[in-house]
Amino acid sequence: MASNHTVVTEPHAVFGKLTFDSIPYHDPVLVTTFGVVVIGSIGILGAITYFGRWRYLWDEWFTSVDHKKIGIMYIITALIMLIRGFSDALLMRSQQAIALADASGAGYLPPEHYDQIFTAHGVIMIFFVAMPLIVGLMNIVVPLQIGARDVAFPFLNSLSFWLFVAGALMLNMSLFLGEFAATGWLAYPPLSGLEYSPWVGVDYWLWSLQISGIGTLLTGVNFVVTILRMRAPGMTLMQMPVFTWTSLCANALIVVAFPILTVTITLLTLDRYLGTHFFTGDMGGNQMMYVNLIWAWGHPEVYILILPAFGIFSEITATFSRKRLFGYKSLVWATACIMLLSFVVWLHHFFTMGAGAAVNAFFGIATMVISIPTGVKLFNWIFTMYKGRVEYSSPMWWTVGFFLTFAIGGMTGVMLAIPAANYVLHNSLFLVAHFHNVIIGGAVFGYFAGITYWWPKATGFTLNETLGKCAAALWTVGFFVAFMPLYILGFMGMTRRLNYYDNPEWNFWLQVAAVGALIILAGILVQFYQIFASIRDQKRNLDTTGDPWDGRTLEWSTSSPPPFYNFAKLPAVRDRDHWTDMKELGLAHREPDHYERIHMPRNTWAGVVISAFAMVMGMAMVWHIWWLAIAGTLGMLGSWIAFSFDKNRDYYVEADEVAAIEAARYRALRESPDEQDTEMEERYALSI
Amino acid sequence: MAQLHSVDETGHLHGGAAHGSVREYLVGLLLSVVLTAIPFGMVMGGFGSEGLAITLILLCAIAQVMVQLIFFLHMNGSSQQSWNTASAAFVVVLVGILIVGSIWIMQHLNHNMLLGH
Amino acid sequence: MSFDYVAPPAAPGYTGFAEKEHHHDQGGDTVFGFWIYILSDCILFATLFATFAVLRNNFVDAPTAAELFELDYVLAETALLLLSSFTFGMAMLCATHRKMRGLFQWLGLTFLLGAGFLAMEINEFVHFTHEGASPWSAGAWSAFYGLVGTHGLHVFAGMLWMMVLWLQLRRDGLTENNEVRLMCLSLFWHFLDIIWICVFSVVYLMGVL
Repeated sequence: MASNHTVVTEPHAVFGKLTFDSIPYHDPVLVTTFGVVVIGSIGILGAITYFGRWRYLWDEWFTSVDHKKIGIMYIITALIMLIRGFSDALLMRSQQAIALADASGAGYLPPEHYDQIFTAHGVIMIFFVAMPLIVGLMNIVVPLQIGARDVAFPFLNSLSFWLFVAGALMLNMSLFLGEFAATGWLAYPPLSGLEYSPWVGVDYWLWSLQISGIGTLLTGVNFVVTILRMRAPGMTLMQMPVFTWTSLCANALIVVAFPILTVTITLLTLDRYLGTHFFTGDMGGNQMMYVNLIWAWGHPEVYILILPAFGIFSEITATFSRKRLFGYKSLVWATACIMLLSFVVWLHHFFTMGAGAAVNAFFGIATMVISIPTGVKLFNWIFTMYKGRVEYSSPMWWTVGFFLTFAIGGMTGVMLAIPAANYVLHNSLFLVAHFHNVIIGGAVFGYFAGITYWWPKATGFTLNETLGKCAAALWTVGFFVAFMPLYILGFMGMTRRLNYYDNPEWNFWLQVAAVGALIILAGILVQFYQIFASIRDQKRNLDTTGDPWDGRTLEWSTSSPPPFYNFAKLPAVRDRDHWTDMKELGLAHREPDHYERIHMPRNTWAGVVISAFAMVMGMAMVWHIWWLAIAGTLGMLGSWIAFSFDKNRDYYVEADEVAAIEAARYRALRESPDEQDTEMEERYALSI
Repeated sequence: MAQLHSVDETGHLHGGAAHGSVREYLVGLLLSVVLTAIPFGMVMGGFGSEGLAITLILLCAIAQVMVQLIFFLHMNGSSQQSWNTASAAFVVVLVGILIVGSIWIMQHLNHNMLLGH
Repeated sequence: MSFDYVAPPAAPGYTGFAEKEHHHDQGGDTVFGFWIYILSDCILFATLFATFAVLRNNFVDAPTAAELFELDYVLAETALLLLSSFTFGMAMLCATHRKMRGLFQWLGLTFLLGAGFLAMEINEFVHFTHEGASPWSAGAWSAFYGLVGTHGLHVFAGMLWMMVLWLQLRRDGLTENNEVRLMCLSLFWHFLDIIWICVFSVVYLMGVL
């Protein structure tokens, strides 16, 4: 912890601020964790070496530019980070459950440790769990939904992923080398300034977000171009699946919002490293400007997370209600409205800073207006289910759980949008309950629904349904038990981020909340067991047709998992629900009579290497090791330039190779024991 | 960009009028020089009131940005460029929101917090 | 909205597959993608402009902008950058007509004009710092260096890119790839000129008023 360390103010020429003292070897909790991580890592790395899988990993995964593999790697990384972020949550809930201050003390976490935990929890959950989950899903699904063979810039996609990994690794290294920020997840100055955070915690925050944020920006550019320019022949904008639409809007938001984050944290970096006065309390700096800028990014970020989740619910509701989506156009327009409106509400995060009645009123009303298109969407989904033959499979469980929780979260959001009420509720646990309500009950439930829904597409087998329903139920119940008490506590006047408290009335509700966290833990454990059991039993859950749910959109027309080129022949789209259209016309699974050669990008080392140099640069900057930072920067530039001279970046898959792969697929389809397919064809034949 | 519509059906890039002509670039340069000279002359010569000067500086800046977009970047409203234009319009709106919004918010904050007073 | 949607009948011969695949215009993707990147860069500069607008009068004890700015110097910088935008346009025309010698000459001239601009800017920064207006002397000066310096950094990046592209053009000539790169760099260079218009108007001209 910071307080136990001598803060090095004059960095050493070779080692910067790094000393033996930087390793928290005096903290038994951290040393134990470190031991577990080291032993675990040695075990995994040893196993890979023993089984000789390094070559395979490097060739097939690390250097891959295949959007499906990159998507899978995003989701694996996100799930690993979820373990860490959720551990932080458990630490906080257990601390607060027992932190009623009395003679024997207050909980088991000292303040400086507790502050790092709530900071890390927020940063990890937003940047390193929610973002990669949704970017991973977009990677897997969007090119398939629009009938493309990859994203527009496959190398940039790989680079985005590895920059994100570099940021995530840096953040995790802060646990065992130095400290992490103890400032709250958005690191407001002056607390995050040099005077109050003199050691490396905030620097870890700055550089890990900067590096992964640049990766996110590249993702945004990549997907905007992919969706606008690489759709299958015939697919007009108003024929794009809703998930693609929401992804387009989310990525447009990334392109316009993330530069604000880049600049804001760069300016804070300059304040900390060069002694400039952007956000300092003296010499003409303005701390409020930081809050203004960080939320000008932060609010659109919320919609970057939630819009694709809305798209996922739309796909799932239509598929499992066996109906065309109700009000497609209104859903698209609602999404576009939210995209624009998300840029005129940012002040509602700091009503209490004192901008006055006129400013607060404007942003309060704008915030309430945004709930209208959001409400439109909820009605769209409900009317899609109305008179449908609804099948309550596990993705639908997440979806219905979302309806329930998100409606409440939305309403408490409108309450917070009233400036006068906000003065009472701001910074209280009511706020904490609200944003978990919309982020867990909205975004995260959507991602889990999406993972369950598209899992067979990515892997070739479905997830265990019973365990999936179990997880959804545990998460939903756990959510209510964990967060409804926080609303109550907010009304009782408890503020957020308290290390301990002396009001005995709060204690009961905090203990209830801790029980809720344990129920969510059970949900997470069930999810991990579900993944394990489904992989173990995959032979029983094989998706032989590529269309396990009787899906409606293009991604279900190809095999599961799809061949690396996705589509042997590009589809010609004439309807919004292309795959349903194919089935109704009796054209589904029709074998084309000939193939053409396919143009594909080659794998590349560049993404991994450039990101590795970026991480070296970031770590060196954190520890003020200037020579290494220069070396890392030159390495990044040099490897990128070297890559730009490489002309061997793509190749053709010859027609006979495509024909061989496709022949095997159609043979398997004909021999498929799965009767669902024939039954389906009969049904559609009858309906025609 | 305009360069996009120099891409023909086969996807090969080829030359064409779309790249502009020497004349087009010269006209752009000339207009830019004039639109730079006016505000500089006005401020350096100390003509007009401060309000007038600010108005003229901003008008000339906007005009010169347009000149460069049209004559150097060859933007036109053609259908091949519809996404370039639409995305640029979206960003212009957001730039406006960000700058005007920040100034508006921060002025009120500074006033209420008695900063700079 | 009807609950039982019926798709219109398919055209005769419709198989669900695109019969002929057109060569995908990857160069166009790249140029459009670069355009989107430039728009994100607009937001980056907008954030810096907003910061500058908010902090621009906070000089504290440091000299003010009106005391230090020399408009004729700025006019010379402006002339260099504007001219470089024009010479890059000439380079693009040469590329269109496959005149390699002209391309290299105009590109070289653009590089020199960019270098001249950058040298003037660095010289100005050094001068201001000596006069007591350094990035750390007051909020307004931090904002000034943040905004103008970021533009300068972009110019530097553009020149670095020009050198790399020079080598690539020398090695491979005007291949499709290199032509796309040239287009992107040209977009970038013109964009920097456009940002500079905003800089000299808002920072320098309005700064001395």
